This record gives sequence, C-alpha cells and structure tokens, in this order.
Amino acid sequence: MDYFAQQLINGLVLGSIYGLIAIGYTMVYGIVGMINFAHGDVFMIGGFIALISFLVLVSVGLTAVPVILLIVLLVSMAITALYGWTIERIAYRPLRHSFRLAPMLSAIGMSFVLTNFSQVSQGARVKPVPPIITGGYTLHEGDGGFVVQLSNIQIVVVITTIVLLGLFTWLVSRTRLGRDMRACEQDQTMAALLGVDVDRTISMTFVIGAALAAVAGMMYLLYYGLVDFFMGFVAGIKAFTAAVLGGIGSLPGAMLGGLAIGLIETFWSAYFSVEYKDVAAFSILIVVLIFLPTGLLGRPEVEKV
Amino acid sequence: MSASPPPSSPVSPDGAEPVGAAFILRKAVLSALVALGLFSLMVGVRTEAGQSGQLEYWTRFGELASLVGAVFVGSIAVELLRLWLGPRGGLGSFVPSSVQNGLSAAGRYVAPALLIFTFLVPVIFYNQRYILDLGILVLTYVMLGWGLNVVVGLAGLLDLGYVAFYAVGAYSYGLLSTTFGLSFWICLPLAGILAAFWGVLLGFPVLRLRGDYLAIVTLAFGEIIRLVLINWQDVTGGPNGISGIPRPTLFGIPLAPGEGGLAAMLGIPFSPTHRIVFLFYLILALALLTNWVTIRLRRLPIGRAWEALREDEVACRALGINITTTKLTAFATGAMFGGFAGAFFATRQGFISPESFTFQESALVLAIVVLGGMGSQLGVALAALAMIGGFELFRSLEVYRMLVFGLAMVLVMIWRPRGIVGHRAPTVFLEKSKSISSDLVKEGHG
Repeated sequence: MDYFAQQLINGLVLGSIYGLIAIGYTMVYGIVGMINFAHGDVFMIGGFIALISFLVLVSVGLTAVPVILLIVLLVSMAITALYGWTIERIAYRPLRHSFRLAPMLSAIGMSFVLTNFSQVSQGARVKPVPPIITGGYTLHEGDGGFVVQLSNIQIVVVITTIVLLGLFTWLVSRTRLGRDMRACEQDQTMAALLGVDVDRTISMTFVIGAALAAVAGMMYLLYYGLVDFFMGFVAGIKAFTAAVLGGIGSLPGAMLGGLAIGLIETFWSAYFSVEYKDVAAFSILIVVLIFLPTGLLGRPEVEKV
Repeated sequence: MSASPPPSSPVSPDGAEPVGAAFILRKAVLSALVALGLFSLMVGVRTEAGQSGQLEYWTRFGELASLVGAVFVGSIAVELLRLWLGPRGGLGSFVPSSVQNGLSAAGRYVAPALLIFTFLVPVIFYNQRYILDLGILVLTYVMLGWGLNVVVGLAGLLDLGYVAFYAVGAYSYGLLSTTFGLSFWICLPLAGILAAFWGVLLGFPVLRLRGDYLAIVTLAFGEIIRLVLINWQDVTGGPNGISGIPRPTLFGIPLAPGEGGLAAMLGIPFSPTHRIVFLFYLILALALLTNWVTIRLRRLPIGRAWEALREDEVACRALGINITTTKLTAFATGAMFGGFAGAFFATRQGFISPESFTFQESALVLAIVVLGGMGSQLGVALAALAMIGGFELFRSLEVYRMLVFGLAMVLVMIWRPRGIVGHRAPTVFLEKSKSISSDLVKEGHG
C-alpha cells in the first residue's frame, strides 16, 4: 500500500509535466489542425534555457533560491515563447493553405533543426545540475521500513502546474484573447470576417504553448536534475499521447491525459518492467487512436469536403 | 478595429504596403532583434560538465554577434530577392516555362547518364575502397528512399517508422542465417515477405487514421520495434545485436580465398575488393528492382489508385476505391523493399544492433524523399546522392547534417512543396496537365 502511495505521488508529478507539454499540442491542434511535431523540442529548449539562465544567475552571485527560480522561470518562459513565435512565423504560417502533408513535414524539419541546433550549440553530453530544491516530508512510515515521501520539489511541480492551469483557464475562458482563440478554433474564416486577427491569435497560441512547455522543461530540469538535446523526442511523443488520450483539442483533456500517462508509466515501471515503460506509453497511443480516436473528452471530428 | 487581412494572405508584402529601404531595414532590424533573443542564451553561453561533474559555462559573444549579423544581412537579402522576384516570390514561378521545359528535357538524359555512371563506378574506382563503400551506402539510401517513396510519394501516407521494416528485414536475415544457416538468397525474399507481413499487420488497424495521426502511430510502431529489439535479449541479443552474419555468396559460390571460392574458380588471384564490387552490384540491382517495380506498379490500376488517394481521399472513396486495401498494398510494398534493404544491410555489415534502427534513420530517409520531391524517382536518387554522399565527403560537418536536412525540409515545403528536383504529378489527367502553384494544391483544388 505504501509502495502504491509513493508511486501515485511520483506518477502525479510526472503527469503534471506531461500535461503542461500536452496543452501546447492540443491548443495548436485545436486551432490550426496540425500536429506541432517540434513541440517536444520546444520543451527541450525550455529546459536548456532554464539551465543556462540558472547557471548564469548563480555565478553572478544571487543566493536566494526563490528569487533565482522566479527569474529562471520568467526568462525561460519568455525566450522559449519567442522560439514558439518564430517557429510558427517561419515554418508554419506560409504553409497554412498548402497541401495536406506540408505542415507536418515542415514541423518534422523544424524538430530536426531544434534538436541539432542545441546539439551543435551546447554539445551532445548530458548536462547535470545539483539538486536545487531539496528536502521533503515523510508522509507515512510503513512496517517494513518503507517510507512514503513527498519531496519539496514534487510539491513545487504540482503547485506550479495548478497555478499555471488556473491562469491559463482564466485566459481562455475570460479574456478577449481566449475568446478569439475559441472563435478561430470553430471557424477561422468567419472569425476573420468578424474582426478577429487570425494571424495574431494563432501566433499567440504558439507563444502560450511554448511558454507552458518552457515551464515543463524547467520542472523537468529541477525534478530530474539533467537535460540533454534528445529529451524532447520521447517526452514529446508521450505528451502527444496524453493530448490524444484526453481528446485532442480539449484543454482539460490534455491535463487529464497527462496525468493518466504519467500514472500509467510510473505504475508500469513499478509493477511490470522498467525496460518496457516506453513501449507501454506508445502502445496506449496506438490503442487509443484505433479504438477511441476522439479521446476521453474530445468531440468527434466531422470530415468536411 | 480595422479590417484584418484575410487568413489566406501570404507573408510576402501584398503590394498594399510600400516596400522601400525603410521597410526592409526595419524588418531586418526586427529579425536581428528576434535572433538576438533566440540565440542569446543558447549560443551566447556554452555549458559543459567539468572535471568534477560540476557544470561550467563560458561565453561566446563573438559567435552570437556573427549569428545575429548573419540574420540581419540575410533578412535584407531575402527582402531584396523578394522585391526583385515580385510579390509572388518563389523559385517555381520566376523561371520561365521555356527554361522549365528545357530543364525537363535535360532531365530525360540525367537519369540514363547517372545509371551508366553508376554501372561504371566499380570499374573506374576499382582500387579506391572508400569510394566503393560510399557508393554502397548511397545506393542503400537510394533504395530505402525509393521504397519509402511508394508509401509517402505515391500513396501520400506519411510513414515515420519506415526504419522498423528495415530492421525487420535485417533481423530476419540475421536470425535465419545464424540459427538455421539459410543462405542469403533464400533469406532475401523471406526478409521481404516478413517485412511486408509486418507492414500489413501494423497497417491494418491504423490505416483508417488521418494523415497526421498515421504519422505519429507509425513513429510509435518504429520505436516499439526498436525497444523490443533492445530488450528481448534471448532472441535478438539485445543491445549487443547479432554478429557473425554470413557474407553473401554468388548463388552458392563464396567470395572467399581458397578452394571453391569465386576467385579460384575463375583462376584469378583473390582480392577482398571482389566482395565489395559484388555488394555494389547487388545493392544496385536491388535498387533498380525497386525502381522498376514502382514504375510498373504506377501504370497498373493499383498505382493509379495510390495517386488518386494521395490527391484526394474523399473523392477516392466516393469513386468506390477500397481505401483500406489500397493503403495496405502501398504500405506492404514499401515495407517489402525496406525489408530487402535491411537484409542487404545485414549481410554487408555482418553485424546488426538496434543502434542502426533509430528514429534518426527514418528521419533521414524521409528527408531524402521529401527533398527529392515526393514521387519523383530521379529526385530521390539525386537527393540521396547529395545528402549522403555530400556529407560523407565533408566528415567534419557531420554534426550539421540533420540541421541542414531540417532547414532544407522547411524551406522546400515553403518554396517548392513538391520537391526541389520535381514532383510526380498524377499520371492521368482529365484534361491536359497544368503546372500547379503551391497555393492551389491544398485539398480539393489540386
């Protein structure tokens, strides 16, 4: 039971990170109707920028950890958002009315560019950082000596996720930008006729998605203590799985799917085999797409001619 | 709020905005600022784990400045080019049609010339082992590209897990030959059949999916197969792979020194180059087989159905074409050629491991197909030659390979969505064929 509780905690934390990335996939899919294949790499870039800004801040002489973390968060969100904006501008916007496979192929190309850009600019080796947020609470001490622990970093990840989700939900449901986004999702032409700046709205979608991916990247860095140039690939596929499982286009669905994937992966590793945990995640993707293509909270897609 | 531009407006200035020196300069400054933001930390600061495992960093402001400067100059150049080419800037539209016709006429001679040259390569470079090896490598990618071309270029199904079938072929040959002692020539068709079987098996449940979903699912399948190869140690040898895979024979005659070898039979002194030359012609034959079958299939009803499917799936279904079988045959055909190539790869290397079948490999083949112009056989061959051969010649630039590939893919999609060398228009037209600009090839128009 204790073991189960510990895995539950670990799974929820991992799921929060996946959920943050999945929101980027699902938003872009909802509005533009394409899979932003480069989104996993945006997450990776976010992790790198968090790492670099952290290093610079520490060497400048800042010591207050909360201040450092806040600055790192803001810097990585800002720069990664700029990446998201640039990617949309360069690689996707010119293709908005091109043939069917074009945006996807362009996104794949962009993904190679980002992966190899960070490999070339920062080197291929894994970058470790010492644990920044340490300590934690012992929730329960079992008879067999097994201890259920909740570390501070896990609390930080979950709380950051919840706060950001609240902010994000407010943004989508209450602000002008959110209304524009929902309008573009339903009918871009009609939205444009009614005075919604479609180009700007789509740009903002990418910016927000990238900023959330940056948060996920930073959380990943804090939680696992390392980044490398290839981490965006597997994390990206899993987050995409989460988005599909939750119902692509649905924002609560993305978070729900993220948590589900995080839990499934953690429990699979804990009770079955660590080696096949990625196989489990990928199999879920396939099974969901075949048997439940609309996901848990998605709407069925009507194919228009 | 004033009227916003319609969503279909291209990025290039539409003529509405006056394009002058001030505009170009402003745009260049903006681009440079964006570049400064993008590269400030990623390029300006370099991190590396130091001796004690502690991360260290140093600054590289010189590189940063030159990159930002390059973006500034590049932006001005692009704007000037756009001004010069007119508002509908694009490589395709500014080349006059007479020149294009001339190019296509020249294109008719490129393929035979290339083929003859390829046949002569082992003769010309007989003593240069390196060039022969490079030729074999390029031809392997040409074959993979042609195989994937059936799936992506003809049927329009985006397959990101093509390397899985390559792996199936390689492991089929590796396992069949090391455990049962079967010869290469028996295993070659078996590898193809097994790969095709896997293609059907994987394809059957997922081919109902839309294009983008299909891409992700094939990617997942490719990764699953690789992970199983790594972890199912009893059968596949895990990360250590399979070694000691037998070399190919000339229909039973080994290319080895000593009695019974080909050299001894022909009464010539043995040389290890014989095997390399043999492998060269073997992969050339396999690649040409792929090409020939593809060209033949394209003229059959099934090939027409593939092209129709690529152009418009809904219309295809309305005309009574069985979508599932059409997609499955494309998938299986492509997979079969992947399997052949895999068997060849195994026999050439003598050793296979999951390392060789990563997503990078799928990505490389896909990039070749896309850059070559989906559907164009010659284009794929030229792209493989340029990309694989070109980068092998500049080994020090190896790390930039995928960077260049990725950029090229994006640029090709923007400027020439149907490939640099040319694309395969549908073989049959209702009326006379017209050159279609990229704006018109969206679904339902092309």
